[in-house]
Amino acid sequence: MAKNDLIGESLWDAYSDKVTRLMNNPQHQGEISEEEAAERGNKLIVADFGAESCGDAVRLYWEIDPKDDKIVNSKFRSFGCGTAIASSDVMTELCIGKTVQEAVKITNIDVEFALRDNPETPAVPPQKMHCSVMAYDVIKKAAGLYLGVDSESFEEEIIVCECARVSLKTLKEVIKLNDLKSIEQITDYTKAGGFCKSCIKPGGHEEREWYLVDILRDTRREMDEEKMKAAAEAGTSGDFATMTLVQKIKAIDAVIDENVRQFLIMDGGNMEVIDIKDGGDYIDVYIRYIGACNGCASSTTGTLFAIESTLKEKLSDKIRVLPI
Amino acid sequence: MKVYMDNNATTMTSPEVVEQMIPFFSEIYGNPNSLHKFGTQSRPALSSAIDQVYKAINASDKDDIVFTSCATESNNWVLQSVWIDKIVNGDKNHIVTTEVEHPSVLATCRFLEEQGVKVTYLPVNEEGIVEAHTVKSFITEKTALVSVMWANNETGMIFPIKEIGEICKAKSVLFHTDGVQAVGKIPVDMQDVHVDFMSMSAHKFHGPKGIGALYIKGSQELTPIMHGGSQMGGRRSGTLNVPYIVGMGKAIEMATENIEEKMTSISAKRDRLEDALLKVIPETFTVGKREHRTPNTILISIRGVEGEGMLWDLNRFGIGASTGSACASEDLEANTVMLAIGADNELAHTGIRLSLSRYTTDEEVDYVIQHFTEAVLRLRAISSSYALVKPTKGGEAGECHIPAHH
Ligand SMILES: Cc1ncc(COP(=O)(O)O)c(C=O)c1O
Ligand code: FES
Repeated sequence: MAKNDLIGESLWDAYSDKVTRLMNNPQHQGEISEEEAAERGNKLIVADFGAESCGDAVRLYWEIDPKDDKIVNSKFRSFGCGTAIASSDVMTELCIGKTVQEAVKITNIDVEFALRDNPETPAVPPQKMHCSVMAYDVIKKAAGLYLGVDSESFEEEIIVCECARVSLKTLKEVIKLNDLKSIEQITDYTKAGGFCKSCIKPGGHEEREWYLVDILRDTRREMDEEKMKAAAEAGTSGDFATMTLVQKIKAIDAVIDENVRQFLIMDGGNMEVIDIKDGGDYIDVYIRYIGACNGCASSTTGTLFAIESTLKEKLSDKIRVLPI
Repeated sequence: MKVYMDNNATTMTSPEVVEQMIPFFSEIYGNPNSLHKFGTQSRPALSSAIDQVYKAINASDKDDIVFTSCATESNNWVLQSVWIDKIVNGDKNHIVTTEVEHPSVLATCRFLEEQGVKVTYLPVNEEGIVEAHTVKSFITEKTALVSVMWANNETGMIFPIKEIGEICKAKSVLFHTDGVQAVGKIPVDMQDVHVDFMSMSAHKFHGPKGIGALYIKGSQELTPIMHGGSQMGGRRSGTLNVPYIVGMGKAIEMATENIEEKMTSISAKRDRLEDALLKVIPETFTVGKREHRTPNTILISIRGVEGEGMLWDLNRFGIGASTGSACASEDLEANTVMLAIGADNELAHTGIRLSLSRYTTDEEVDYVIQHFTEAVLRLRAISSSYALVKPTKGGEAGECHIPAHH
């Protein structure tokens, strides 16, 4: 929030002239019939995407020359706002003259770009970016129908944010690499979530399979686990200083189990580690004697010295053992 | 031609109202609470503005009508102060409201929920009305407040305020109504109904923006939210906005004088417009029985035409209307009222609201009938809902699932 956000922007003023022009006068609106296509020896593909109840629906018509899979003509019909109609129009334009295999590479980013008046200025305000996604989805569907494959097979990655076309893989990498902690940071780094916001969390404009909040939480958890694992590995390789507190306790316990406890038990006693305080210069290990050791004379001298020197030798010479 | 058909959003300030306000900017500008003549000079106009407002809603002299900055402030004041008085400093924990209130009530209720208050959002029936018996069944001993709007801004539907008032009185629960869409449109008589608090906003009845009021029955307790120099008897501090109060007084007087006559004249135009649109355009319907609506409002759904697209075309013809379409809203969220009515999901995207005023002329109505129809023809010619060639086998799309609201 700052000065520019105080009264917000006027939605329609943020549309490019091209969006306005195409909304007022779409160039490729209409239908192609089976008969027309057959007359020219071509194949007709008609694909729907969206529904009136979603607020956005488009029907795409492709007339394809079966000899070379080229889209020789394309039309659309659309139920939607100005941006949806203009996006559909530009999408059909982009399809004409391409082969089906080429057309399927057209993304919503291409559609939005084709609607710009100049390369620098977005064609639509952020919350309208999603209207172009449908254009991309319907192309995949039409191509799937023509080629007889599942339209999802054209997508090589899991796209989490459709508006910005950011994949799950990219998101995880960016979160880890830059140690991102918030959704705002993710949007700053990747643009994901910066448009219609549907991909941020459930309850938005559209229901999604993946949400940024879950990805962030899960990736942070993974990062924590990785950290622990790294620390644990450092522990087995004897690097006591980089261990977490819990690992330190475990390492101390392990050393005591292996080298000390059996002797204490033989004498009818035992001990337990109560706490560890890492003060920098010293690492203080607080222990408590149990059974026969408790009150035994050497527990404050010989035994104590033995425990301390074993820990010093095996783990760190900063260790001091303090019985309580 | 330019035609403004969005009078539920705001209205033109009547020239007569502006005329009354003008002297109070640069001629009579003293602070009415000052002792000198500059200040006291504005007092007669203030008193008569207060009289005008009391008379317009038939408030008793025992009641308070406190001027505020707008209805949003009035709504916040009631909800937040009842929370402080009856929940934080009392033994209640519950507020009852409806799913179709204005955001100034709904967002405040959500805020209170975050503070631990229990809030019940009552559903509406298929006509968009909250029925009195529904309100009754949700009141408990822990209920501090019932807040139900008098008339709805999207549909114009008038709610059974008299019955709800009786129920609240019998159950000794405070009753607030957001009267913004009722005052100046239909008769509002505070001595005929049992209402503890009512919010109003002047710009909805041809007064200026940025001035509203809160009616408080019997001058009862309600902790102020604006603390300061104890203006308005200590109920709402801040130097009195003299020109705007004068404007609100004049506007409410003009709107409510012979209100039945005005209603008849507006509803005649509204009905003519509605009849014509329903007749000329197939596959179209309107929400709510006319006799249950404020006389100026039409919410019409046009199959196959998305709301924002329709507004776009109307705008090109110089017609200003509004839509509940999710597409046209900042956050793209489906409209609560549309969803609450429970009509097909389509309505959430195809609803267009036309709201007239007493300044709407017959020529304007004719112009809208003509161009509304043209816009529908153009957009249906583009619409996939009216396409003839069917999708290739396997190319059909399923129905949509709108994520549940809040
Ligand atoms: C029913 C209702 N309540 C409250 C308000 C808020 O009025 P204001 O914006 O003047 O505070 C409005 C108008 O937007 C309204 O229609
Ligand atoms: S999907 Fe629209 S912002 Fe991510």
